[in-house]
Amino acid sequence: MNRNRYWFALAGALLFVAMIVGTMIGPAGPTWWRIPLEFANRLPFIHVNSGVSKADWNIVWLIRTPRVVLAAIVGSMLSVSGASYQGVFRNPLVDPYLLGVAAGAGLGATLVFAFQRGATEHWIIDPLPLAAFIGALVAVLVTYVVGTAFGTTQSSTTLILAGVAVTSLATSIQAFILQRNTDVVRQVYSWILGRLSSATWGDVRLVLPYVVLSTGVLLMHRRLLDVLRVGDDEASALGTNVRRVRLIVVLAATLGTSAVVAVSGLIGFVGIIVPHAVRLIAGASYRVVLPLSVLLGAAFLVFADIPSRVLANPAETPIGVVTAFFGAPFFLFLLRTRNTSK
Amino acid sequence: MTALGFCDVRVSYNGIEAVQGFNDLLHSGEWLCLIGPNGAGKSSVLRAAAGLVPYTGSIAIDQTEIPATSARWRAQHIAYVPQSPLIPHDMNVHDYVLLGRNPYVGHFSSETKQDREVIHGVLERLDLIDFSHRRLGTLSGGELQRLVIARALAQEAPVLLLDEPTSALDIGHQQQALELVDKLRREQGLTVVSAMHDLTLAGMYADRLVLMHQGARVAEGSAKEVLKPNILSEFYGVSARVHHEEDGTVVVIPQRTTTR
Repeated sequence: MNRNRYWFALAGALLFVAMIVGTMIGPAGPTWWRIPLEFANRLPFIHVNSGVSKADWNIVWLIRTPRVVLAAIVGSMLSVSGASYQGVFRNPLVDPYLLGVAAGAGLGATLVFAFQRGATEHWIIDPLPLAAFIGALVAVLVTYVVGTAFGTTQSSTTLILAGVAVTSLATSIQAFILQRNTDVVRQVYSWILGRLSSATWGDVRLVLPYVVLSTGVLLMHRRLLDVLRVGDDEASALGTNVRRVRLIVVLAATLGTSAVVAVSGLIGFVGIIVPHAVRLIAGASYRVVLPLSVLLGAAFLVFADIPSRVLANPAETPIGVVTAFFGAPFFLFLLRTRNTSK
Repeated sequence: MTALGFCDVRVSYNGIEAVQGFNDLLHSGEWLCLIGPNGAGKSSVLRAAAGLVPYTGSIAIDQTEIPATSARWRAQHIAYVPQSPLIPHDMNVHDYVLLGRNPYVGHFSSETKQDREVIHGVLERLDLIDFSHRRLGTLSGGELQRLVIARALAQEAPVLLLDEPTSALDIGHQQQALELVDKLRREQGLTVVSAMHDLTLAGMYADRLVLMHQGARVAEGSAKEVLKPNILSEFYGVSARVHHEEDGTVVVIPQRTTTR
C-alpha cells in the first residue's frame, strides 16, 4: 500500500514536470526559462518579474498550453480505456481501438474531408470532430449488437471478432471513398496519424465532459475488473453480473475514446504500452493500474508531444508517429520479458 | 433441518438434456458426493446450483428458493470451486482470497474493515498467512487448491460445491484437501456437494453417494450400498473388484482383463 502511494506521488510529479516542460518548448515564443516564472507570476499573491511580453505570453497561453492540456487529457483517456478493455476482455494485447473506434472515426473524418471541404468554415459546430465521434460510436454499437446477437455463449470472443469485421468493413468503405477523392488523401492521412498541433481551448472544453464522465465510471469499476480476472464463470459464481459490468465498461471506454479521437485523430500504442508499463512497476491489480494509467498516460503523451514539435522543426512530426516509434520497441521488449518470466 | 434442496432440476445444452429431473434433500452439515462416468451430468448439477447454466425446476437453501436474478444472493449462500480454476498468475494470495468477499461489496464500493478481518481469519485457519504477498504463479498445485478453498470460505456461504476437487493433485495432496474440507464442514456445519471420479475417496469422505448415468440418478446410498461390482460394471463398463476393509472403507480396484 505504501509502495503504491509512492508510485502515485511519483506519477503525479512526472505529469507536473511534463506539463511545465511541455509549455517551455516550441519554435516561437519567449526564452524557455522565463515561462515557469510567468506561470508563477500569474498565480494569486505571487509577483515575479519574468520579462515575458504580452505577445509572447499569448503564444504560450493560447497555443502551447491548450496543446499540453489536450495531450494530457488524450493520453490519460487512451491509457485508462486501454487498461479497462484489457480487463474486460482478459487479453493483455487489446487496445481501445479494438471494437471499431478507430475505423469508425476514420470513416467519419474521411467523409467530412471528402464531401465538406472548404464549405464548413461558417458552420456553428466543426463537423470534423462531430463526424469522427459519431462514426466511432456507431461502429462500436454495430460491433456490440452483432457480437452479442450472434454469440451463442457468453464468451467475449464473438465480440472481438465482430470488432475485426466492423473494422475491415469501415476501412474498406474509407478506402473506396479515398479512391474517388484522391485530392484529400493527404489531409486524411495526417488526421489518421494524430495531431495535437491545432489544439485550442475549445477542443479542451469539447472533450473534457466526456473524458471526466467516462474516466470516473471506469475508475469506479476498478475492483470489479479485478474480480473479472478469474474468468466469466468464477466471477459470476462470486456474485458478479459479468455481462452488465462488461457492457458498462465498454460503453464508458468507448465514449471517452471516441471523444478524444474526434479531436486528436488516431494516436496509437498509448493504450497498450502505458497500462503495461504500470503493471511492470506497480503490479497487475486494476485498483492500481487504472488510476496510475490516468497519471502516467497523461505524462507520456505530453512528453511524446515534445519531439513531435522539435524533430522536424519547423514542420510537425505527427504524434502518432512518435508514440509508435517509441511504442513498438517497448512492446517487443515487453513481449520478451513476458516470455522469459514464464 | 434441510440445508439444500433440489426439486426437479433439469439442464439442457442445445436441446439435449444433461440432467433429467434431479431431486435431493441435504441436511445441514451433510456431504453428498456425485459419482458417475464422464458426461453423466455431475458437473451440470453443480453448475446449475452455482448459477452458471440455465435450469428449470428449483434449488432452495433453508427452504428459500434461490432467486434466479440475484447472483449476489446466490454467492452469499453457495460457494463454488470449479474443476480447473482460472488462476491469474500475477495476482497475490491476499487479493485472490479477497475476491471471495465480492458478494458482500456493493457495485461501486470497496471492501470494509470487516471484510479484511474475515480474510485474515481464513488465511490464518488455512495456514496461508505467510503466503499473503506471494504471487499465484509461484504456488504449487496443492497450495493453489487450498487457496481456492480459502476463497470459497471467504464467501461465508453455508453450502460448498466442489467439482473434482482432487483431480489435479497427487495422492498426498488429495488426502490433505479432502481432510481440510471434512474438518471445515465438521467445525462450521458446511453442507458439501462434490463431484468425484475417485470412488474409493468418494466413499471414504461422503455421507452419501449418488450415482448418475446419462443425466439420471441410478443408485444412491452409502459406499457399501452403491459401490458394488455389478453396479459399477453396468454404468461405468468397468470390471472391478470391491474390497471391504475392517474399518468400513470400501476400496474399488479395477481389474486387468488380460492375464499377466
